[in-house]
Amino acid sequence: MSEALLKVQDLVVEFETRRGPLRAVDRVSFDLKPGEVLGLVGESGAGKSLTGAAIIGLLEPPGHIAGGSVSLKGERIDNIPREAMRKVRGKRIGMVFQDPLTSLNPLYTVGEQLTETIRTHLPLNQAEARQRAVDLLVEVGIPAAEKRLESYPHEFSGGMRQRVVIALALAAEPEVVIADEPTTALDVSVQAQIIAVLKRLCAEKGTAVILVTHDMGVIAETADRVAVMYAGRIVEIGPVRDVIKTPIHPYTRGLMGSIPDPSGEAERLLQIPGAMPRLNAIPAGCAFNPRCAFAEDICRAERPQMRRIGASDVACHLAETFVRPA
Amino acid sequence: MSALVTVENLTRVFDVSKPWLNRVIEGHPKLFLTAVDDVSFSIPKGKTFALVGESGSGKSTIAKMIVGLVRPTSGRIAFDGTDMAGIGTDAASRRLRSRFQMIFQDPYASLNPRMRVGDIIAEPLRTFGLETDRAAVSARVSELLRLVKLDPRDSVKFPHEFSGGQRQRIAIARALAGRPEFIVCDEPTSALDVSVQAQILNLMRDLQEEFGLTYLFISHNLAVVRHMASEVGVLYLGRLVETAPTRQLFAAPSHPYTRMLLESVPDIGMTGRARMPPSGEIPNPINPPAGCHYHPRCPLVREECRRQRPPVVTVGADRVMCFAAGEPR
Repeated sequence: MSEALLKVQDLVVEFETRRGPLRAVDRVSFDLKPGEVLGLVGESGAGKSLTGAAIIGLLEPPGHIAGGSVSLKGERIDNIPREAMRKVRGKRIGMVFQDPLTSLNPLYTVGEQLTETIRTHLPLNQAEARQRAVDLLVEVGIPAAEKRLESYPHEFSGGMRQRVVIALALAAEPEVVIADEPTTALDVSVQAQIIAVLKRLCAEKGTAVILVTHDMGVIAETADRVAVMYAGRIVEIGPVRDVIKTPIHPYTRGLMGSIPDPSGEAERLLQIPGAMPRLNAIPAGCAFNPRCAFAEDICRAERPQMRRIGASDVACHLAETFVRPA
Repeated sequence: MSALVTVENLTRVFDVSKPWLNRVIEGHPKLFLTAVDDVSFSIPKGKTFALVGESGSGKSTIAKMIVGLVRPTSGRIAFDGTDMAGIGTDAASRRLRSRFQMIFQDPYASLNPRMRVGDIIAEPLRTFGLETDRAAVSARVSELLRLVKLDPRDSVKFPHEFSGGQRQRIAIARALAGRPEFIVCDEPTSALDVSVQAQILNLMRDLQEEFGLTYLFISHNLAVVRHMASEVGVLYLGRLVETAPTRQLFAAPSHPYTRMLLESVPDIGMTGRARMPPSGEIPNPINPPAGCHYHPRCPLVREECRRQRPPVVTVGADRVMCFAAGEPR
């Protein structure tokens, strides 16, 4: 096994409130290998976007990292000064946000934004940076790239804009790209195009990707490994095929069962009763226990540790009993 | 089986011109956007007809015309044999209008934040004069809340006290209050998480069975449509390019656009099937391509596609607007 490129260890993100801290990300740990695509899935409020924001140092106050560590190639990046982090962000870790319209500056042309980013991170002169900007737009599949450099973001369609954002994220050839719901705002046919572009470029350049999304379909298509989050915690992490085809944690199973299958005709969708707990009322023990059909006393008393089942790690006291003997 | 809702040659054109003075000074002509272009379909009683399409395909405009929120430019909508064009404010129209309802996409915007849940659900009862007695109204509200799996005690709360899924249940309870036969559902689960979506879709199917409801179900999510609908219509730039029974549409789509749309759904079954990412983008609806709107992106394009609007051809139970329909390939 190759060495981890990015190592997240017991990461905790908290929000200070008048009634005490709210823990939105609770002891999350995972590794990212070079060139790997890791999916981070969960429903609204599961803490997946905050995990991404914490890694890249873009948590909005009052949110802050309250514990754990994030290391890039063995160096801590969670506790370094802001200026040092600015050099990591963009250069070594790129970011693609959900809404391409708000992540581009409406007052500058796409060319100006690209060359600025390129020159901030790479030792190139204006002409070279411009040439590189053209190359990047060609790579992400924007027709008439040279001419499009002079266009403003509003002159692009949603899909084309997201291509520009991907070009920006890849401008400095980062080692890691964090893509936060990159296709959620797009139509399904455009989504397929964007995913194809992201997949192709990251494979070509050997960029590792953390793909944050609520869409299991996108994960199935794109990721090598997937981490499922619930109430700020990772409940199951493993190879994408195992997690999607043979999920172990009751939450993952419920989640997979509730997705209408586009190729089959399930009569009735599996449904998980209840809703995700609020951050100020996370149950003791396993956070999923009030909604779990299998919960026992230990689930209400003790938080389950990660345990290895096959190629996956599962945070469930009863994980072993859910694995069918082969 | 008789059709409950029939839509014939429905068209809606929006005037998207600049203001008069700008047109005069800058010399711009008037601009029109054909949001819905000669669309016809019918929905049998007790069935679910789904309209799918991408942003700007006209699906929400059709929904609004059917419930009377937008007037058609031309064409006819008939509900149980009555032409909706003549609908006014008299008692007969009012009775007719109580027979259909709408559920909107965003449960954060469709519920009045200043009204209590009980009053929100009771409003149709009062408007249509179905219950007048205070005790009867509150009994009916409790019944409706139980129907959508909420607690009758929730009626004194305000919408902000509920999650997205619960709010959509409230919206469904309000829609059911007038005992409608037909409900237009405009992207009812698009704003919800998948596990909540599953709860709402199951609820909608249970209610359909219990009350024999007819649904017009609008969605961009093909998996959801497959799960809910008995028949599907595919819209592209305002035109209905294919209408087919759900099973047939998903097994053997005829229109090249439908095929592209199905191709682009992520493969959650991980069958390893190779996918071609779709080519091109939706053109500007103000100035759509001549002939078949889909021809610049179509792999089967031929000369007549560029010049002429394709006729609607019937292939089995499938109605397709394509010159190449029915040809072996």
